[in-house]
Amino acid sequence: MAGKAVLTGTHFMNGDEACCEGALAAGCRFFGGYPITPATEVAERMSKRLPQVGGVFIQMEDEIASMAAILGASWGGRKSMTSTSGPGFSLMMENIGLGLCTETPCVICNVQRAGPSTGLPTLVGQGDMMQARWGSHGPYEIIALCPASPQEMFDFTIKAFNLSEQFRLPVLIMADEVVGHMNERVVIPPADQITVIDRAKPTVPPAEYLPFRPGPDGVAPMANFGDGYFMHVTGLTHDERGYPTMTPAAQVEMTERIVGKIRNNLDRILDYETLFLDDAQVAVVAYGISARSARGAVLAARQAGLKVGLVKLNVAWPFPEEFIRELSRQVKCMIMPEINLGQMVLELERLAQGRCAVRLVAHPGGTIISPRRIVEAIGQALEERP
Amino acid sequence: MTTAPAAALARHPHDDLLRTERIPHIWCSGCGIGIVFGSLMAAITKSGLPRQDVAVVSGIGCTGRMAGYIRLDSFHTTHGRAIPFATGLKLARPQGKVIVASGDGDLLAIGGNHFIHAARRNMDLTIICVNNFNYGMTGGQLAPSTPFGAKTTTTPLGNPDEPFNFCALAAACGASYVARWTALHIRRLTNTILEAIHHKGFSFVEIVAPCPTAFGRRNKIRGALDLLKFYYDRSVVKNHLAPGEASIDFDHQLVVGKFVEFDRPTFLDHYQMVNRGEVEAWPATGVDASAAGQRKAG
Repeated sequence: MAGKAVLTGTHFMNGDEACCEGALAAGCRFFGGYPITPATEVAERMSKRLPQVGGVFIQMEDEIASMAAILGASWGGRKSMTSTSGPGFSLMMENIGLGLCTETPCVICNVQRAGPSTGLPTLVGQGDMMQARWGSHGPYEIIALCPASPQEMFDFTIKAFNLSEQFRLPVLIMADEVVGHMNERVVIPPADQITVIDRAKPTVPPAEYLPFRPGPDGVAPMANFGDGYFMHVTGLTHDERGYPTMTPAAQVEMTERIVGKIRNNLDRILDYETLFLDDAQVAVVAYGISARSARGAVLAARQAGLKVGLVKLNVAWPFPEEFIRELSRQVKCMIMPEINLGQMVLELERLAQGRCAVRLVAHPGGTIISPRRIVEAIGQALEERP
Repeated sequence: MTTAPAAALARHPHDDLLRTERIPHIWCSGCGIGIVFGSLMAAITKSGLPRQDVAVVSGIGCTGRMAGYIRLDSFHTTHGRAIPFATGLKLARPQGKVIVASGDGDLLAIGGNHFIHAARRNMDLTIICVNNFNYGMTGGQLAPSTPFGAKTTTTPLGNPDEPFNFCALAAACGASYVARWTALHIRRLTNTILEAIHHKGFSFVEIVAPCPTAFGRRNKIRGALDLLKFYYDRSVVKNHLAPGEASIDFDHQLVVGKFVEFDRPTFLDHYQMVNRGEVEAWPATGVDASAAGQRKAG
């Protein structure tokens, strides 16, 4: 059955479904996945939608296989993705590292639930944020986006594919159960108004092609398998030819490249929104569903005359270090609400270096952070003597 | 003594399929992987397939290094994950032939789950499994193929585990082509790999290969040729034998041959049929509501 890849129009759908539509609009044509609450709806919708647009869906035997399959599909020339939640995310870690080492574009949507372990499968959590950054072994940089609504699930999934193709790496969508399951209005623009970025292809003949020689922006053009470039790709430390090279010097060169292409392109990657920061004495810094709790709290506090502002992190990794460092010079306190017992707040503490107070409003999972608790924290922060 | 002209030495028939700049390879002298690699290259050449339409995917281990020496699109995955990677590659680019070359530990211990499910789906992949009865790369530990009683570095008193019969496993899971040879059955092995490459569906070729350095040494068969002959001398060709009976029994016989070959739709065939609405709803025969009701009443 033929169908449209871009469902232009206004819809009422949940975040998981919006994620699928964003993926299809961005050109995703392969999904390998495994059912897990609360991400199952992503796989379910993809299983129905992909055949309509000439794509392939396969339910793999586990999340390890799912992650391996989307890497394979990406080298086969298709934009690919998977979706999962905490336990599956843990299983994917090794092959996410393979994707980082081999610079393979793909997207992983993690609809976070409360952990550790099986935890609360049907209830919200934000406890995988540090795992997203550090969960695979070895030195690397990652890109992680944090949607706070079904609309952002659509928008950020497109953005995730574009970033993965631009910078050649697995990009994470760090959603959560509430964003995944809530139904809201989602506006899908006409296809010609959606920016879609495809991986840069080599412009030299195969004999001259070095698959891991970076271009000016630090990213190497990528040939697909079957294009006649006869590449070798390995998760071993490798040189520009892609050949295993077991030396400390090769390790330095390779890791500096995969880390550098992110660190040297922050202006193209970082994304955060601010509200009422100009005269703020307190800043609430939040991401995902907690950014909506924070927004409610900041609006209420402003109405009460409190000088408070909001920073909403659309991209959580890489962390906006320079911006937060500057912010710590302006405000007397930064507050981080998050549905874990303190993860991203550690970044605020690291960057504030004591210049301002840093407060955590935490919940270990199962429910969102009540705006009331954030308002209380704002009030306390303003009362504290510097 | 005459010296061969330099020009004659410079080229080997497989040189155009080899990343010669990566030679010398890492394999030990006496290792059977080189023989299998030679057969694989010969089969690829004989297949006549365009080079850009053949990809080699491997996992981790000695055999897994094949991918790094062949001048084709090749991917060296994480340990055990060659088959699911190959699955994604195959489904993304169905016109390509994807060959998975890896060891028994990689494919059937850590990767065992992927193996059985790819066989079940009849995923159109060719699996070349070098079985050397141990983990050679890490110095000779227990593998899912290690014979009962054999010594490895993690079974210093002898192996208390029963090994798998990989061919029986593959066939039971739905593989549509299954064969086994030793590394001394070179011509038959090459022909088998060629057949497996041309076979549409999940094809599995197991090669019993010597690892004198890590395995033979601990089991009183130190010489490479001795180990090669030890396997070959016990081998008995029994084509089309039920794979469950095709045992590797060193006291009696090591059964080799082609055990399974039949056609059945691949995953992608079935996927396309389902998407075109050509597959009848399950169950094919609908439930007779009145009969079910009667039984309930009775």
